Parts: sequence; C-alpha cells; structure tokens
Amino acid sequence: MKIAGRKVTAKSIAVYATVIVITAVMLMPFAWMLSASLKLSRDVFVFPIEWIPSQPQWQNYVDIWTKIPLGLFIYNTSKLTIIVTLLQLLTSSFAAYAFAKLDFPYKNTLFLGYIATIAMPWQVYMVPQFLLMREFGLNNTHLALICLQAFTAFGVFLMRQFYMSIPTELCEAARIDGMNEYQIWARIMLPLSKPALSTLTIFTFVTTWNDFLGPMIYLTKTELKTIQIGLRMFISQYSAEYGLIMAASVVALIPVLIVFLSLQRFFVEGVASSGLKG
Amino acid sequence: MSNSTIAAGDAPAASRRSSKVLSRRRRKMQSALVAYSFIAPNFLGFAVFTLGPILFAFVLAFMHWDGSNAITFAGLDNFWRLFEDKVFIAAFWNTIIYTVVSVPATLACALGLAILLNQKIFGRDFFRTAMFFPYVASLVAVAVVWNMIFNPEMGPVNMILYTLGLDPKDMPGWAADRHWAMVTVILFGVWKSMGYYMVIYLAGLQGINSELYEAADLDGANAWQKFLYVTLPQLGPTTFFVTVMLTIQSFKVFDQIYMITQGGPGTSTLVLVYHIYNEAFISWDLGYSSMIALVLFFLVLAVTVVQFRRQKED
Repeated sequence: MKIAGRKVTAKSIAVYATVIVITAVMLMPFAWMLSASLKLSRDVFVFPIEWIPSQPQWQNYVDIWTKIPLGLFIYNTSKLTIIVTLLQLLTSSFAAYAFAKLDFPYKNTLFLGYIATIAMPWQVYMVPQFLLMREFGLNNTHLALICLQAFTAFGVFLMRQFYMSIPTELCEAARIDGMNEYQIWARIMLPLSKPALSTLTIFTFVTTWNDFLGPMIYLTKTELKTIQIGLRMFISQYSAEYGLIMAASVVALIPVLIVFLSLQRFFVEGVASSGLKG
Repeated sequence: MSNSTIAAGDAPAASRRSSKVLSRRRRKMQSALVAYSFIAPNFLGFAVFTLGPILFAFVLAFMHWDGSNAITFAGLDNFWRLFEDKVFIAAFWNTIIYTVVSVPATLACALGLAILLNQKIFGRDFFRTAMFFPYVASLVAVAVVWNMIFNPEMGPVNMILYTLGLDPKDMPGWAADRHWAMVTVILFGVWKSMGYYMVIYLAGLQGINSELYEAADLDGANAWQKFLYVTLPQLGPTTFFVTVMLTIQSFKVFDQIYMITQGGPGTSTLVLVYHIYNEAFISWDLGYSSMIALVLFFLVLAVTVVQFRRQKED
C-alpha cells in the first residue's frame, strides 16, 4: 500500500499504534487533571469520563486564588527558584572554571570533596543540616532553602566536565591578549558553555520548583510556603473539592511546563551528554 | 610583575636568580589566590551546608539527642536498636522491595520506549517530549491525580476494570489496600521517571555503530536477533549506568510515598527515608534517625563501590 508516495507497511502501522497508545497512557493523568479542573466536584468522578465538560466551570480557576493564597505561594516559589538557580549557575560555573583550567594547591583534594558527596543522598544529612540551620536562626526563612539548594556538587561537576572539553589553548591565547582570569571566564567560557548552563538551569529550576521535603521541613508558616506544600495544605483542607484541587494543580504545573518546553532541546541534549543527576 | 627582574640590570647573577625565583613564587601564589577566589563562593556554601552536616550525621548516629536537652553519648545503642525496631525492619524490606521491582520495570520501559522512539517516525520529537513530561511535572499535582484515578470506589481505573467484568469483590483497593499499596506507588514511580531514562537510552542507541546492524543484516538476523546480539550488548554500559542511578533513586524514595499512601496502610509502604523523617521530625529522636540515615548511606555506598569497580575495569 502506498500513501503520498510512502510505503506504508504493517510494521510502521504497528509502530505508530504502539507509540500513540503509550503516549495516550502517559498523558492521560494530565488530560484527566485538565478536564476535572473544569468540572463541579460532584461531576469529577462521573463514569464514563466526560473528557470535555459540557459546562466548563471556569469559576474554579477564579476561586482557587481566594480559597488559598495561591498567588503568594507562586511568588514564594518563583523567588526561591530564581535566586537558587542564579546562585547555582554563578557559583558553580565560577568554581568549575578553576577546577578545569587553573592550577593551584589542593585542587584534587578540594575536588574530591565534591565528588565524594555527589552520590550522597540529601536524606542522609537532612537532619543535621536542619539542626545547623536552626542554630543559625534560619528555621522558617527562605534563606535556609536557598543555602540548602544553591551550592551543589552536581552543579560544579557538570560545569567542570563541560569546561574540560573546551580547548585550553583558547584560554592561553586570551591570556596572551592580556585578559585576566575573570575576563576569560566572563567573555570566553560563559558564552561557550550555553548548553551546560541550560542543562543546569533546567535541573535546578525543576528540582527547586518541585522540591517538597525541604520546604516541608523548614517552612511551617503559611505566608512562607511554596506552591508544593501550599498545594498539599490545600488538598488536606479541601479534600472533597476535587475541581478546585485540580485547577490549583494545573496552575502549579504551568511554570514548569513553560520552562521545560522553551528549553527542552537543551534539556534532552544535556541529559544525554551528562547522563547524570541524582 | 616582570619589572623587578628587568630592573636588576647589573646585579650579581645569584641575586637575579633569587629574585626570579621570588617573583615566580609570588606569581604562583597570586594565581593560586585567583583560583581560590573562583572556588570560594561555592565551596564555602558547600562546606558549611553539605560537608559539615554530613560529618555531623556520622557523629549524631552514636548520640542520644532530642534537639533541646543535652546531647549524651550513646555508643552502639542506636545500632542495636535497629534490630529490635519492627518498623525499621519493615522499612528496610519495603525499600528493598520497592527497588527490586521498580528498577527492572523502569529499565525495561525506558529501553522499550527508546527503541520505539529511535526510529524515524512522524512527530518523533512530540512523542519524546510527551514521555519526558511526567519527569518534570510537579509531584504534588500528579500524585493527587494518581490518587483520584486509582480511587478504589470511584476512580476511572476501577471503573474500567468493572466495565471489563471484574467482580467488585476482587477489585484492587490500590493505595488503601495493604496488598496493592506498594504496587500503586511503584506504578507511579515507573510512570514518572521512565521518560528520563529513555533519554539516556536514546543517547546510548545513537552511539551504536550502524555497521554492526548492516553486518547483522548480511548474516540474515531478524529484528529480535539484532536486538539480542547487537543492541543489548552495545548498550551494556548505558544499562549499567541507568541501573546504578535508578537503584540510588529508589533507595531514597520518599515524596511520592508521603503523598500517595503516607507509608500505609499499616507499614506496607513505609520506606527508610520515611522512617528517618518520622524519627527525626515527629519523635525528635535525632540520634536514632541518624543511625537509620547511616543504613541508607551504606546501601548507596555499596552501589557506588560496585559502579566504581566496574568503571575501573572498563
């Protein structure tokens, strides 16, 4: 059989059918979420599922902003995420440059400190870390979460691996031209490391935005809460308001969706090349 | 910098040499200072908030502390307590069960997806993105949907099973049923993370030399034989890497369990990190919770050592 000059075989039909079915299953929870977010709570579980509600309840998307301080939660989360991501990018690419291109005493020892902890689950030291933050008076502050997430071994390692692949001759040529190390970092290394920076941006953004256990341990005041624990609080308070819960969930997903879609090309390349991250 | 050596025009050679050594040393020190200034911002934060707490965790495991009264030395008390603590034993085995089931399941799904989406098909990028999306989606949001979809009385999954003719008495209770709770959590984990490992497998697939397939074609191999004798062996290093990553991830699973089953019913989905959390932040038994954390640490360490050995062999 031929369609539009292409040979359509039984095999390719089978491949398409499989891919489409799997994609549908993978995306089904999101479709269900979206559909339920436009329904009255009592209609959410009506079976067979009415995928496109006949009377969409746009009111759900209005109500969620007044039932819980959703705007505040989003503001808190955005603030934390942006600060953590910027700090992470800046400090790790800074440190990585020294580890990749400069020579100094105890270089390997210091780097070993990073390597040794890269596989260490945060959960192993979350309790002493909490006690330390409490000692510093950082309990119930956003600063605690920033300190906790902004300086990771993963960031330094990822950036260093990338800088290693940039020819050292480039730095030497710049030194002969009279640039100092800070200029080399800013004008040569940073512009060249866009793929690695994008990868790190997405990883950090997604991890910070979606972090649950950290905010749950550190933030008990409602006005400080992030979208994840705020959403969780909403779910336990209004456990039967399914339509509203789903609307709030959709809102919580949107920022990640935007960042992911706009940077996904880098993301896929980044995951594929670094193949890392715990 | 170089002025000092030039200025020493007709001074004795020895002093010229020593000033050269001096300036070289000074230059070396200066470049070391520059290097440290690059590292300092990250390293200070890292040392204070990561390295310090890690060291403290090892000490705390051998102490008694409730976080407010004085710390006392506990010796091996916390260690022996592990063997008597039924909840710990349950948590340990649940973690192992979660890992043993979810790692191969995720691996197989990821590999299958990668092979499927490594072919030249229309809309391939869309399909890849769709598979990846659950990995980045907010856990709280998708976990609540999961609970609704798998709701034993009203959820669409059981409704479909009912329509297919399953007796309501045999219906799985999912998160509310001690026999099905672990299955529910594992299904969620596989669904959420397989897209990520699919991408790693895709990279692995693209690294396979196409001549190997051509040679297999010449030998008259069918698709299954090519998969078995070319693809799988060639993906060996990727599979190993993915296994290590997945195992470590599974050892530290918490969020999804907290949100889907709260460790229950009973202790049927209680895992190590859950127990650490409860002992620390509910019971304020900080020493004991650090001892449980050490168990987690040694589990992860064992996997890392295996990985390291294997890498050395390659």
